[in-house]
Amino acid sequence: MVLDLTLAEAAGQLGAGATSSTELTRVALQRVEALNGRLNAFLRVDAAGALEAAAQSDARRGRGEARGPLDGVPLGIKDNLLTGGLETTAGSRILQGFVPPVDATAVRKLREAGAVLLGKLNLDEFAMGSSNESSAYGPARNPWDTTRTPGGSSGGSAAAVAARLCFGALGSDTGGSIRQPAALTGTVGLKPTWGRVSRFGLVAYASSLDQVGPMARTVTDCALLLQALAGPDAQDATAADLAVPDYTAALERGAAGLRVGVPAEYFGPGMDPEVEAAVRGALRAYEQLGATLVEVSLPHTKYALATYYLLATAEASSNLARFDGVRFGHRARDVKGLRELYARSRSEGFGPEVKRRIMLGTFALSAGHYDAYYLKAQKVRTLIRRDFEAAFRQVDVVLSPTSPVPAFPLGQQTDPLQSYLLDVFTLPCNLAGLPGLSLPCGFTRARLPVGMQLVGRWWDEAGLLAAARAYERAHDFSRAAPPLEA
Amino acid sequence: MALTPEQVAHVAALARLELSPDEAALYRAQLSAVLDAASLLDEVDVSGVQPTRGDAPVPPLRPDVERPSLSPEQVLGNAPAKVGTTFSVPKILE
Repeated sequence: MVLDLTLAEAAGQLGAGATSSTELTRVALQRVEALNGRLNAFLRVDAAGALEAAAQSDARRGRGEARGPLDGVPLGIKDNLLTGGLETTAGSRILQGFVPPVDATAVRKLREAGAVLLGKLNLDEFAMGSSNESSAYGPARNPWDTTRTPGGSSGGSAAAVAARLCFGALGSDTGGSIRQPAALTGTVGLKPTWGRVSRFGLVAYASSLDQVGPMARTVTDCALLLQALAGPDAQDATAADLAVPDYTAALERGAAGLRVGVPAEYFGPGMDPEVEAAVRGALRAYEQLGATLVEVSLPHTKYALATYYLLATAEASSNLARFDGVRFGHRARDVKGLRELYARSRSEGFGPEVKRRIMLGTFALSAGHYDAYYLKAQKVRTLIRRDFEAAFRQVDVVLSPTSPVPAFPLGQQTDPLQSYLLDVFTLPCNLAGLPGLSLPCGFTRARLPVGMQLVGRWWDEAGLLAAARAYERAHDFSRAAPPLEA
Repeated sequence: MALTPEQVAHVAALARLELSPDEAALYRAQLSAVLDAASLLDEVDVSGVQPTRGDAPVPPLRPDVERPSLSPEQVLGNAPAKVGTTFSVPKILE
């Protein structure tokens, strides 16, 4: 099946004239049509727009004007990234019917690279969740076992890539929302350094933590996608004005001499034994590839969860104040005044997890509590960052599990505090602003994927990708396909 | 830290949320549990530690030149209620 090709291979076939963008897009749309009822990965499919973009790509290529490796390749977009002219809901009822007038910068850059955008992918409401179950449109399902979660919040992106509905996808990651679903679906997900990719047009959850990034089936594919996404943006003052290196140039340099940090704090109790075994196997694999394992300590790790949930919810309570029933989104009917319009529109439009986080964040910022909660958490955040600064004086990457557990059954998470614990390994990376990547490192006996997380130095996505690629070259899980018959 | 029903009502009012009695009771219990967990931070000594601020390199200023902006039709395209080229809201003064 042509959709079993990796993104890089599909690009190669397009370049060689062995297939066309129209052919790839037709096959992808057919597979979405056949499987999406079971997976609920796509919330919206733009077949006409995709076929039009494919025809334009083929015409460009025919004129000898192909733009690069993404030209003509079908991709999916997480539905919290604005797509001009195509409904964008962020998984929320409050944005049902919202048609953005502009593209997010990340989306615009993919279009400019010639990519074919198939449609919009499911997510937890406003990217708040780790199982996709807070989506107002029902959860996406894991292609490896459709009774289980694909993870969250970029669960639709992960499910679509794993099920070969598209060659790659955009996700966003505030506390692990790219890496955890990548781990649970056997795909590769990269959260770049905060500031590496523009957030313009990303529906904001927690602005000091949010970052847009690629998800695909291989490390190389993520490198190709990041190449198109990275760089400064006049629309986002926090998108860093730094040179963007060639992410594929050093990709094959191997692991010889690589110093891999192993943080004791990430290998404690509470981890699924099969996950731990797979990740410890990956550590041995790195040694065999010539890397050195170095024990490192990140002593403030145990405070990351509390720090994150105070800061992320505080920022969310502020960001989501814009949903007021006036300029866009759901508006309550038959209200008596402006205050009732705000309160009723918001209460009808937001789901329970979003309300819970707005409530917590509002409390953390409210008079009399700001110093004890928000300011304290911002100080602890500095200590978490210093832990990594110290670690990166000794090592090049830090390796850990991505998620303490493999994909769990849908409907199992009922206690918010318990479900927040699922993000325990991914949150510190966001708090420190570091780039992090999840890649597959094995399966459980029940044939569920296990992922490991590599965290790299600030702005060193090139080194992070090369470290991941070294493992992937020796232990390639990207050919393993989930048991779905189209 | 156990929140009182009055604190939950106050926070909901600040957040412009209308909670049903069941929702208020549920959030009171859940937020109290999350705040209890967050009290773990009490044991961290942060004396002399600066709070984290945005740490991306300072961007260069862009030239102050006119650029096209969204048209009024685009800006109002998603408005649930509008009058001419303005957003419409309920009357706020009697």
